[in-house]
Amino acid sequence: MYAQMVKSEATQDDPEKLAAFQARIDRGEKIEPKDWMPEGYRKTLIRQIGQHAHSEIVGQLPEGNWITRAPTLERKAILLAKVQDEAGHGLYLYCAAETLGVSRDELTEMLLDGRMKYSSIFNYPTLNWADIGAVGWLVDGAAIMNQVPLQRTSFGPYSRAMIRVCKEESFHQRQGYDAIRKMAEGTPEQKKMAQDALNRLWFPSLMMFGPSDKDSVHSEQSMAWKIKMNTNDELRQKFVDQTVPQIEFLGLELPDPGIKWNEERGHYDYTDPDWSEFFDVIKGNGPCNTDRLAARNNAWKDGAWVRDGLLAHAQKKAARKHAAE
Amino acid sequence: MTRDEALAQFLLRMGDNTLILGHRVSEWCGHAPVLEEDIALANTALDLIGQTQMWLGLAGEVQGMGKSADDLAFLRDVWDFRNLLLVEVPNGDFGRTLMRQCLFDAWHSIQLGHLMTSSDERVAAIAAKASKEVAYHLERSADTVVGLGDGTEESHRRMQEALDYLWPYVGEMFQSDEVDAEMVKAGIAPDPASLRADFDALITRIMGEATLTIPDSAFGHKGGRTGKMHTEHLGHLLTQMQWLQRAYPGAKW
Ligand SMILES: [Fe+2]
Ligand SMILES: [Fe+2]
Repeated sequence: MYAQMVKSEATQDDPEKLAAFQARIDRGEKIEPKDWMPEGYRKTLIRQIGQHAHSEIVGQLPEGNWITRAPTLERKAILLAKVQDEAGHGLYLYCAAETLGVSRDELTEMLLDGRMKYSSIFNYPTLNWADIGAVGWLVDGAAIMNQVPLQRTSFGPYSRAMIRVCKEESFHQRQGYDAIRKMAEGTPEQKKMAQDALNRLWFPSLMMFGPSDKDSVHSEQSMAWKIKMNTNDELRQKFVDQTVPQIEFLGLELPDPGIKWNEERGHYDYTDPDWSEFFDVIKGNGPCNTDRLAARNNAWKDGAWVRDGLLAHAQKKAARKHAAE
Repeated sequence: MTRDEALAQFLLRMGDNTLILGHRVSEWCGHAPVLEEDIALANTALDLIGQTQMWLGLAGEVQGMGKSADDLAFLRDVWDFRNLLLVEVPNGDFGRTLMRQCLFDAWHSIQLGHLMTSSDERVAAIAAKASKEVAYHLERSADTVVGLGDGTEESHRRMQEALDYLWPYVGEMFQSDEVDAEMVKAGIAPDPASLRADFDALITRIMGEATLTIPDSAFGHKGGRTGKMHTEHLGHLLTQMQWLQRAYPGAKW
């Protein structure tokens, strides 16, 4: 998912207000921006929605990496449309975050100077064309696992953003699966690309759900507030259970020898990802962290004159209109 | 040259313009100055690639040698391409990209307006669909050129530099050869030279609002639409664009 290890803020509000707030959530009411909310709820949401928005934006980079090399006009068009959708998701999510009293520019600055994070998955490279299929299938697939339940989250603007986003994400996932299926059924070289993409992206995809949160106090608070709907382990298991039969259908080898159906549990067993690698990536030491952040910083820096120019023009235009009245 | 040979050349010119410009614009993905621009640039590229599928699809049909739009896009070499030089020059900064877009959109919208009444129904149908998209492209690129031209001192300077750099590539849009003569005779497409007055009127208005000065030079580079001499840049673009198709011939994607 696109928001990982979001620390929820402790809250020091009036206990009576807090209880009434919790009761609203328990009744399934939506919290709207103008409603009273605990400071911790607001701050946690800003962090979570902001991280989610940043992931959509940084996520353009690994996919954009293949737009100019897409092998057919149709594939190029599909990929362009997808990346455009992701930027649109970023936009809805920044708008949702803005209702909590933080501006898009402030959030952007926090991304650019490393104070805010984006999903660990986008710090992995896309190395062959099958990666583009695999990203749609696995990465959008993992994101959906988390985002579908978030359609019912307690914060109104976030819930509504998720409803719009989910429709497009499931489309992305189907298209990604279709792209990798073409390769799995293609020439030996194409099949090799598909297998390579699956092997490389499998564990990073499992890491998207974040470490096991059974001991985390933070996630308990977030779950009570309905801004986190399931535990990380629940979602990860669901993802594995959904994906293993798809891998088999593609005729690819399983990326983890530990994957085995467990009759007793009614789930697939699988090997836990290497969490030390995950923490390295989170700390900035993933294969692409430096390049991704540099790319975003350069875009922002190089675009400053454009933003300034357009703003100056808008002000001149308003002044001229004012003078004419 | 038979009429169909001329028509095929004409269709390649249309499709190669949208293909190469669509490719250039797509290079921006994830690197634009603001999120809204990322979305708009991706949208423009997407429209242009969609138009390419139609133009090159029809070109392959008219050629009658069983070539698909993909074959034409991914398996021709530099000398086979028939796009204007304007669309293959590198993006430069955002200002140059938008200036190039505006100059192209202005020509493109006028051209498509004429093609909508083409005697060839297939051409008219593609033009009708494309012209809606291109009207929007022009609105956006012109607004941005105006906003940046009449923005800050720096944005004004950059836009003037972009216009100065690109202006020598404008003349090629209005050059005619025997392909065009054949198209005019058949009522399929207008004489390129006949579009100049409308183009000049439109661009003069936009650049005026943008407080930019149109260079006082009639010089024009040429060689793209005839394929006689492209820039050095096109080969690099094709190297990247065609790589998978070239490295894995015959694979289905
Ligand atoms: Fe998304
Ligand atoms: Fe997506």
